[in-house]
Amino acid sequence: MKILTHKQELCNGCLDCEVACSQTYYKTSDRNYSAIRIIENNKTYRARKCTQCGECINMCTAHAIYRDHNGVVRIDKKKCVGCLGCVGFCSELVMFYADDQEVPFKCIACNVCSKACPTGALEILISQVKER
Amino acid sequence: MGAILKEYRYTPAKIVRGYSGKSLYINVSDLRIEEKTITEFMKEKFTGGKGFDLWYLWNAVIPETRWDSPENEIVMSVGPLGGITQYSGTGKTLVASISPLTDIPIDSNAGGYFGPLLKFSGWDAFELQGKAEKEIIIFIDGNNGLIEIKEAEEYPEDSHVLAEQLTREYADDENDMVNVSVVCTGSAAKHGFMGMLNFSFYDPRRQTVRFKQAARGGLGTILCDKKIKALVVKYKGVTPNLNNAADLATINKVGVKYHKEMHDLDSKQNKMRQIGTANTVMIMSQYDLLPTRNFQTGGDPEVVKIAPEVFINEWLTQGLHDGCWYGCTMSCAKCADHFLLTSGPYAGERVTVDGPEYECVAGLGANLGIFDPQAILEENFYCDTYGIDLISFATCTAFIMECRQRGQITQEQMGGLDLRFGNKDAVLELLHLMSRGEGFGRLAGLGIRKLKKIFVEEFGADADLLEDIGMEVKGLEYAEYAHKESLAQQGGFALATKGPQHDEAWLIFMDMVNKQIPTFEDKANALYYFPMFRTWFGLVGLCKLPWNDIVPADNHKTSEPAKVPEHVQNYVDIYNAVTGEDIDKDELILQSERVYQFQRVFSVRMGKGERKDDYAPYRSLGPVSREEYLSRQDLYDKQLSELQGLDPEVIDLDEKIAKLRAYREDQYEQLMDAVYRRRGWTMNGIPTPERLREIGMDLPMLLEVVEPKL
Repeated sequence: MKILTHKQELCNGCLDCEVACSQTYYKTSDRNYSAIRIIENNKTYRARKCTQCGECINMCTAHAIYRDHNGVVRIDKKKCVGCLGCVGFCSELVMFYADDQEVPFKCIACNVCSKACPTGALEILISQVKER
Repeated sequence: MGAILKEYRYTPAKIVRGYSGKSLYINVSDLRIEEKTITEFMKEKFTGGKGFDLWYLWNAVIPETRWDSPENEIVMSVGPLGGITQYSGTGKTLVASISPLTDIPIDSNAGGYFGPLLKFSGWDAFELQGKAEKEIIIFIDGNNGLIEIKEAEEYPEDSHVLAEQLTREYADDENDMVNVSVVCTGSAAKHGFMGMLNFSFYDPRRQTVRFKQAARGGLGTILCDKKIKALVVKYKGVTPNLNNAADLATINKVGVKYHKEMHDLDSKQNKMRQIGTANTVMIMSQYDLLPTRNFQTGGDPEVVKIAPEVFINEWLTQGLHDGCWYGCTMSCAKCADHFLLTSGPYAGERVTVDGPEYECVAGLGANLGIFDPQAILEENFYCDTYGIDLISFATCTAFIMECRQRGQITQEQMGGLDLRFGNKDAVLELLHLMSRGEGFGRLAGLGIRKLKKIFVEEFGADADLLEDIGMEVKGLEYAEYAHKESLAQQGGFALATKGPQHDEAWLIFMDMVNKQIPTFEDKANALYYFPMFRTWFGLVGLCKLPWNDIVPADNHKTSEPAKVPEHVQNYVDIYNAVTGEDIDKDELILQSERVYQFQRVFSVRMGKGERKDDYAPYRSLGPVSREEYLSRQDLYDKQLSELQGLDPEVIDLDEKIAKLRAYREDQYEQLMDAVYRRRGWTMNGIPTPERLREIGMDLPMLLEVVEPKL
């Protein structure tokens, strides 16, 4: 499946990835609208973003979450009823929502952030990640 | 299929801050359809849901109205919070009518999609009055603003077949089936007084129609009497904010916090997502609270055979979303899929059994002496599809079995049916007889109160004994909790307005186990607060379970853990966020009390609702029989000695039973006094004009009822 990977040792915490993501999908630089969040801890940087594990698919109360042909877990926004159950149930805390949005959002391994990354810390890989 | 008798076009009202502002009235006698306006007065005094139901019902009936009078109504309403998707348990429809079992207002609530889809179709409430000439189906198309009434005689009766057929008929295609919800009952509803209403929702993963029930008090029997075979609503396009909430961001925030709690804590607490309400069966048995063989005892060694793990491991299908409305992450509605039926008209078919819930395992299992999961699931299925309230059925059948055990009725008098504790085949046969309206099946559905009279007058049974062991108050059968050792819960059941259902108060652990409410005043405070608080769920369209079937991790550190303060605040926040109002937790209780007192006065108006109507059968309070006393002899002896200063060594068994009884009955009288005072009632149980004034309910129509009773 397609999955976004993050190399901590290359990340400088510039947050260009967050801006690229939120600009692309919500036309804002506000990081609350980004599906990737860079977390700093003692000058090292960790990325919170979807692992495409799919735990949210079965628990979705509106049957709106599915895995596409690339193995990417996606939300059908026409079916989503905005219950945000998936946000509370994501063990990785990488299903996001914003105050003025009715439906949640997540990383769909689209490559926008990795293209924006100046250090090559982000990369889309084809991976055999264990599906939950 | 079925000729169209009436078509009515309307413009669906837009919902603003939780209310559409419109209610639908249909008189099925002359097929008259009217739109009514929800007034500010109604919102202020009654909030919504059960409050609206009772208001309309009051205006429809007179004191002489009985369940089968044409003016009796079935009213349903989902409440202003109903249909939001961001919190668990937000799809409850509240239904009210004059009950055939009690002759006073009954209210019962169901999950399923009907109520929310009804509101999204433009209707805050729905009144059904009159009696149709021939069986009809009423269809509401909320997208196109169309109401259609058509003939229904060719349609099947039993719910699992009827609702499946109607869902397919009214859905455009497979994907559209989730947008259709059906209310119907089953073949047994017309042969007794314990018919219930099934509320459907389509489960796309299992590809089957499922049900939740507004079960109590004979609502299905009334639907049959009105010759309404089914109500169908269709609304396509459920989106996150159809309620047009004032502040969606707050609802989202509170909802996500709750979902996270559910994700992190449920597996450590009640396992609602794994097994639902039946998680408590073993605990109830350990604490002597699982009603066994007509509440004679509170548990049994055999209960391990029907333990939660047995259902989880061997019968239930796991890992699917099991909520009965969108957004419910508690997901307690369980299913046994591909269940093979062994008896009755559907024997040999594989079906989906919705359940079992706690009441089902306790009632159809332990209380009938049946410790067989397969039998319980089959009873569960047939109660559901035949339209039988399984709580009334279980408690009533347990009563019949004990009458047989104690020689009060014979097998011959039961038409040869071998109804005795543990005989699952006889119980299933009884259900099939009730479905067909044959033999003893015609009597068994009448309920305990009517059966006591018949057994005494026609079979010569001992009236006093039957009064002691017949587990009903006001004509309604008890829900499935043994509670002899909890005085507060004795009141929680017998003082409940509509009859002994546990949705008003469940105080057993607080009272008996944790000993948090030792005095009469403490118990009365609990029997004020909890019934009021719990009433509120029914006003706004919410399910009670997400309130305390999971609690925040630090709940035990709060000053009042039993109230789950953080969750109460969640409800206050969500209410304000939907309606744009600014209530606090005290105003929430006031909203409830207005409706609670209104319902009590309504009962008084209908001829029940006084002290005489609040007495419990002695089986609820203490040991009736020698075997019961002996089953917990150490406990009872200790109480005689410690509480009454008697020496159990020198008193014979019958005298011990009598002495304990005198003590417990006196305790119950004192509890009634304390609760009546706390609720602002006279010592005869009548709400006082002063109390009604304090809460803004000194309406002339209420004062007219209470003043002659002062």
